[in-house]
Amino acid sequence: MTETFYDVLRRQGISRRSFMKFCSLTATSLGLAPAFAPKIAHALENKPRTPVIWLHGLECTCCSESFIRSAHPLAKDVVLSMLSLDYDDTLMAAAGHQAEAILDEIKKKYKGNYILAVEGNPPLNEDGMFCFQGGKPFVEKLKYMAADCKAIIAWGSCASWGCVQAAKPNPTRATPVHKVITDKPVIKVPGCPPIAEVMTGVVTYMLTFERLPELDRQGRPKMFYGQRIHDKCYRRPHFDAGQFVEGWDDEAARRGYCLYKMGCKGPTTYNACSTTRWNGGVSFPIQSGHGCIGCSEDGFWDKGSFYDRITDIKQFGIESNADKVGMAVAGGVGAAIAAHAAVTALSRAKVKQGNASQEQKQGE
Amino acid sequence: MHIEREFRGEGPGGRQVLSYYVYEAPVRLWHWVNALAIVVLAVTGYFIGKPLPSMGGEASDHYVMGTIRFAHFAAAYVFVFGFIGRIYWAFVGNHHARQLFILPFWDKAWWGEVFFELRWYLFLEPKPKKYIGHNPLAQLSMFFAFTLGATFLIVTGLALYGEGAQAGHWTHTLFTSWVIPLFGQSQDVHTWHRLAMWAFVVFVMIHVYAAIREDIMSRQSLISTMVSGHRMFKD
Repeated sequence: MTETFYDVLRRQGISRRSFMKFCSLTATSLGLAPAFAPKIAHALENKPRTPVIWLHGLECTCCSESFIRSAHPLAKDVVLSMLSLDYDDTLMAAAGHQAEAILDEIKKKYKGNYILAVEGNPPLNEDGMFCFQGGKPFVEKLKYMAADCKAIIAWGSCASWGCVQAAKPNPTRATPVHKVITDKPVIKVPGCPPIAEVMTGVVTYMLTFERLPELDRQGRPKMFYGQRIHDKCYRRPHFDAGQFVEGWDDEAARRGYCLYKMGCKGPTTYNACSTTRWNGGVSFPIQSGHGCIGCSEDGFWDKGSFYDRITDIKQFGIESNADKVGMAVAGGVGAAIAAHAAVTALSRAKVKQGNASQEQKQGE
Repeated sequence: MHIEREFRGEGPGGRQVLSYYVYEAPVRLWHWVNALAIVVLAVTGYFIGKPLPSMGGEASDHYVMGTIRFAHFAAAYVFVFGFIGRIYWAFVGNHHARQLFILPFWDKAWWGEVFFELRWYLFLEPKPKKYIGHNPLAQLSMFFAFTLGATFLIVTGLALYGEGAQAGHWTHTLFTSWVIPLFGQSQDVHTWHRLAMWAFVVFVMIHVYAAIREDIMSRQSLISTMVSGHRMFKD
């Protein structure tokens, strides 16, 4: 019989007490009632382990770095120890042919039953030559492993949207996973990187309940991406009061006022940072005094400066935004109206003069 | 052209004055309420994107941004439901009430009139024509700038409102859920909403100028028509 998650955990030397603590934490972070903690435990104890294959395309490994720092030590151990058993070329001990053989083995043994986690994305230009692994372009490896997987998790903004390597002009044509693999469900977990607890939460949910978490229209799990940073920001009262930081070293910055005017993208960014926070709930960007840069949003590199609220629009030149364009057009139209009015007045005066002289002539 | 009601009267100097009942009461009421809503929306909208100078002291002492946003949302509701009411009136009102929504796009003679009006505004025609409803150029600009512009502002605006109101609110279900994915993300919707605001400001400038100018220059009443509903011809 294939081993269960619990078997793996016990073998890793994790106590039952820690295991139960992990189950409670996971239930809470998924927004489930306390009654679900024993259910999660039961599932982990009895269900055969679902293997997770972790592929790396064009990426910077910040997703992996975030993932291995999942706050609750056990959350890391649970998923990581299971992942390392299968395939993650950055973390596993095996290398070369030995490592690549694991892919074939899993693909055969767990056909239609393994989860494919993809960090980074495949570049499509030049037949995918910009990302080469094990003698093959990454895009081929991705398609090969995706063919028999159950579902795909797109880790981070690279896999979800394209991120920095897909920023204009995107020379390698780096393409997000859902545009390459269209016949499998793709769960997007965007962020640069995504929050560790969000990553472990998504994996745990899928492993325990054997179904995908509820997704929004853009394919992100609703439980973590249903609200904006702004909606749960602890500086929100300063926003409503109209108290803003106007410069990085002003009194308002010291008092921790709202960073809206400094270009904070909290109002346009869907993520769990202001709820879950980072590094074990220590802090998140806004708490450390810097606005959100919107790293989990589509194309965030191409949306102008991180420090403008009204962001630049490239169609009208590099240093132009809606207000500059609008004011220029309104000014131009205003001048045109004034000129038009002047010409109207002149021609009207002329006509009147003409009429007057005509009347005068008639009078004579 | 079909004329519902025609009035004749004595003008100054014993001249015959013709007047037609064009804009019914609901249209006139909507026009002025709508105008007020647009002013409030544009001003508060500008300050939502570019807030006023920072307030000091305790957060609980102020509600500046909250009040500005409230005014924006309240005026937006007036604008939205006013627009819906106006669409309803296009069905039940007189044929002038439909001019905002239906262009006689395939009517060659109508396009001829559009170009005549263009020439009139370019000082190439010595004498203006008379129109009971909107002149064709006004109708064209009103359709593209106001009717389509307002629709775009309403759809993007409700989508942005739904972001704050969150999942479950009708604005989120009906608008946010598809508008945000359509644009890619929220920031672009904000940018387009603001650009559309500027387009609307330009439309209002031209609209007001043209109305005042035509009131003086043309052979018919303009501004008083939107108050009384009667179009009067001066000659």
